[in-house]
Amino acid sequence: MKVVVCVKQIPDPAIPGELVPETGTLNRDDKLILDESDSYGVEMALQLAEAAGGGQVSLVSMAPRSETSGLRTALAMGADDAVLISDDALAGSDALGTAKVLGAAISELEADLVLAGVESSDGYTGTVPEMIAGVMGLPSITFAKQIEISDGVASVQRQTEAGYDQVECALPAVVSVTAGVVEPRYPSFKGIMAAKKKPVDSKDLAALGIDAAAVGVAGARQETVEVTDAPEREAGEIITDEGDAHANIVEFLTELKVI
Amino acid sequence: MTLAQILLFAEGDADGPSGLTLELATKARTLADTVTAFAPAHGEAMAAELGAHGVSTVYALEGLGDGLAGVHAAAALAGHIDATSPDAVFFGQTTDGRDTAARLAVLADRPVSTNNVGAEVVDGGIVTEEPIFGGTQNIFTAYRAPAPALAMFRPKSFEAEPSGGGAAAVESVAAVDPGEAGRAAVTGRHAGERSGPQLDDAAGVVSGGRGLGQPEAYSMVDELAGLLGAASGASRAIVDAGWVPYAKQVGQTGKVVKPNVYIACGISGATQHLVGMKGSKNIVAINKDPEAPIFGVADLGIVGDVHKVMPALIEALKSR
Repeated sequence: MKVVVCVKQIPDPAIPGELVPETGTLNRDDKLILDESDSYGVEMALQLAEAAGGGQVSLVSMAPRSETSGLRTALAMGADDAVLISDDALAGSDALGTAKVLGAAISELEADLVLAGVESSDGYTGTVPEMIAGVMGLPSITFAKQIEISDGVASVQRQTEAGYDQVECALPAVVSVTAGVVEPRYPSFKGIMAAKKKPVDSKDLAALGIDAAAVGVAGARQETVEVTDAPEREAGEIITDEGDAHANIVEFLTELKVI
Repeated sequence: MTLAQILLFAEGDADGPSGLTLELATKARTLADTVTAFAPAHGEAMAAELGAHGVSTVYALEGLGDGLAGVHAAAALAGHIDATSPDAVFFGQTTDGRDTAARLAVLADRPVSTNNVGAEVVDGGIVTEEPIFGGTQNIFTAYRAPAPALAMFRPKSFEAEPSGGGAAAVESVAAVDPGEAGRAAVTGRHAGERSGPQLDDAAGVVSGGRGLGQPEAYSMVDELAGLLGAASGASRAIVDAGWVPYAKQVGQTGKVVKPNVYIACGISGATQHLVGMKGSKNIVAINKDPEAPIFGVADLGIVGDVHKVMPALIEALKSR
């Protein structure tokens, strides 16, 4: 079985983000790391390949400056190889532009199953996996909280507003997985060393036959007109508990006539 | 200045439209002369309430059956928007809303504006408002692709208010075969148990986080919520850890709540969480770390151990 996993390399969420003033898009100039949301997709792919008695797990990522830090993390977890699409014309791409690029790259890999996180931790549009399926003409099951593969059919528990739906689909298909669906493994020292030698196939837009006008800021066809500071909520009273702080809460709730 | 027509992606069940759908209907009628709706299912059941919120016509998709809403709704919507030329299509930021908007974006080759909390009409086009960086800033974006603009909105961005209109007319829309892309099928639907106040509309919410230490301690959250007639919620950390189901998650990727009182127990206040609750009218936080970001939004902050403060609070409420 061949599983392709989409992974995004994002600015470290621990460092406050900033916008590129000209475009209103996220500044990605610093080092990028593997989006934690995608570590679940990588782990799921590894587990499904193992359950199938072996298989290939390939990564696909689109990132500026041929960034591979995040890819190496996923390779160290156990993925076999990676395709990296990097091109200056991709800066400022929106979800649809990203899906066109990833879809084109994945189409060359003949995957049985395409996995992705439900949404990235920086843009969190939650639309790219479904768009990739659209671009590739594949069926998709989003918001998966459990996946089993048997006889070429994926059985998925798909999270819904009310609970979950059991969904079945013959492969190939695109499936997006929710955070927490599996416990991502930590790369071992051996894995980290091995990852350095694993193949990363770098491509630009021309190699995928995509017109630069369809992607990037121009392709996104949206214009940032204003960025404002949200009104800050005023901090209230802070009390250190000396054994009776619960009384302050009771008083507060009484004033609000909640009790 | 208003638009001529906004089309709403209407979601609901046999009991009627979802709260989010009515919120969007209410907002849409302030932006457009005509509001219509496209329902992937339950079109007939939603017509009365949608009409009462300003929708003139519900286009009801026929024959969704066991197919997933997204791919089938998008296939039919692509033709529907060509035939009816709405200026914008509004979606709720739900599972099916995201799927449908994403598929339609590919079919119609248009961007989707996501995670919005506001919209206005400027120079005849839609400008959407999206909170970024944990809600500390808002970005306003003008849609520059051809109409219709595709825009998705977060729950609780607008208040639903009836317009006093009669039931909406219902027109059937024939299914369009999406081909191989449509072959995923639902073989069973499972609804979680719904007892007590629901997160969406409770006047009070008590939420627990990693500071509870272990899954068993979540029972304190349930007990406190019960005593206050509140709903119980959770941070993403303990949902990911499997302590409580996703339905309880409050935050960017969970539910957005705006109750009268929100009590955060052992929640540090990652932006992921703050986005989902900082619109609450009154916020109480209990956390042992005085530097926890949750104290930045709390009206009453208790720096202390949840394992001491919560039992004492529960006892005090019981003895009243």
